[in-house]
Amino acid sequence: MNKNKIALTGAQAAAEAMRQINPDVVPAYPITPQTQIVESFAHFVADGKVETEMIRVESEHSAMSAAVGASAAGARVMTASSSQGILLMLEILPIASGLRLPIVMNVVNRAISAPINIHCDHSDSMACRDLGWVQIYSEDNQEVYDNTILAQKLAEKTELPVMVMQDGFITSHCVEEVEILDDEKVKRFVGEYNPETSLLKNNATFGALQLPDYNFETKKQQSDAIERAKIEFLKTGKELSKLTGREYNYFESYKLKDANYVVVSMNSSAGTVKSLIDKLRKKGKKVGLLKPVLFRPFPYSEIKAALKGKKIAVLDRSESFGANPPLFAEIKNSLFDINAKIQSYVYGIGGRELLEKDIENVFENLMKNKFEEKTRYVGLRE
Amino acid sequence: MSRLKGWKEMRKAGLVEPASSLAVKTGDWKVFKPVVDHKKCIKCFRCVVFCPDLCIEMKNEKITSNLDYCKGCALCAKVCPVKCIKMEKAR
Ligand code: SF4
Ligand code: SF4
Repeated sequence: MNKNKIALTGAQAAAEAMRQINPDVVPAYPITPQTQIVESFAHFVADGKVETEMIRVESEHSAMSAAVGASAAGARVMTASSSQGILLMLEILPIASGLRLPIVMNVVNRAISAPINIHCDHSDSMACRDLGWVQIYSEDNQEVYDNTILAQKLAEKTELPVMVMQDGFITSHCVEEVEILDDEKVKRFVGEYNPETSLLKNNATFGALQLPDYNFETKKQQSDAIERAKIEFLKTGKELSKLTGREYNYFESYKLKDANYVVVSMNSSAGTVKSLIDKLRKKGKKVGLLKPVLFRPFPYSEIKAALKGKKIAVLDRSESFGANPPLFAEIKNSLFDINAKIQSYVYGIGGRELLEKDIENVFENLMKNKFEEKTRYVGLRE
Repeated sequence: MSRLKGWKEMRKAGLVEPASSLAVKTGDWKVFKPVVDHKKCIKCFRCVVFCPDLCIEMKNEKITSNLDYCKGCALCAKVCPVKCIKMEKAR
């Protein structure tokens, strides 16, 4: 395998994948910390490196609206956003999924207002977890690059929009070595996009009124489609594996198999957890990590099989006000009939750092069998 | 009434044939229909641009509402500057 490694930030890794995918249309609006994605991509457009029509819209609501229009017209469409930008798109996000348009959006996770905060937590992507978009979470720059390419193919196979997440600043603005595939390989992997139905082919009306006699059936189709996206994710991952040599599973299992004590955590914090696990393993502690990658559709039975018999702490980087935090709720749902020992933690809100000693504390509580109904908070002042 | 399709037989995303408005006559529920006094009409086309159903056309030099689509809203009668459109019972 010819390895081409370059130094890129997470945002640049997303833009690099977009350059190689060479979408027909990119309607985008800048927002911290996502700006570097559209800015890097705008460079590619200006330098003639892509054939993309870049639409510099006046808001994210327009960005997603233009994405829907272009995608319905039959174009391959990508965009990116963060935080309030995603929330401004909120009205249009379920239209993209409801019309089964394979738009790919890179999301740089950032806290949502108020109070205004530009740093990382997952409250933006979690706010739109039930809108019919496939959601893929990425730990580092390499995963951002790989997942973006995977997402494009997955979206077009399933006729569903896909969000690829990365942590604001922690991933988006930090430089790492990223292994880049040859342009030609990516081009062949994603292939030509030629949808059966489109406005330009003049073979359908998109978004016509649907009354109680048919709407229920259409929604069931959508739910069936995202359920099937689970299998397609693995299939597409296997195809990508042949090019990269890396694996793409519903979740990553790190020293999980023989672990008694398991932390479940998504995106960049998984790296910190792994580093601590290595240290604790040297001291003979049976600790491990389960890092969910595919959050929508959620792989309930596979997670249950992987976590059976273990003591589990779930680390959420967002709240679900008045309910269990979103990742914890799903993990608990997976285990509902096996009475697992499980504890909810919330950490990293508004960009609060997560240190190894904090995670060590979480593992120690698992070892001391300290569980309670209530969510605990990591790194919060009383 | 024809049998309704199940979710497995339907087109995705509620997509329908394009230009279905040509096939579906949407004017069958009107109570009143516009009737034009062609002698009084000054052919200003105000009614044409105001009609929300875009169903007024010029036919043989005469302002004509296509009653297959006209919903009987009376906007044309309201905006006509010479008041030459009268709304009459549709049936
Ligand atoms: S009544 Fe309304 S719909 Fe009918 S022609 Fe006049 S403006 Fe158009
Ligand atoms: S608005 Fe009245 S006068 Fe003008 S074209 Fe229509 S019917 Fe004739």
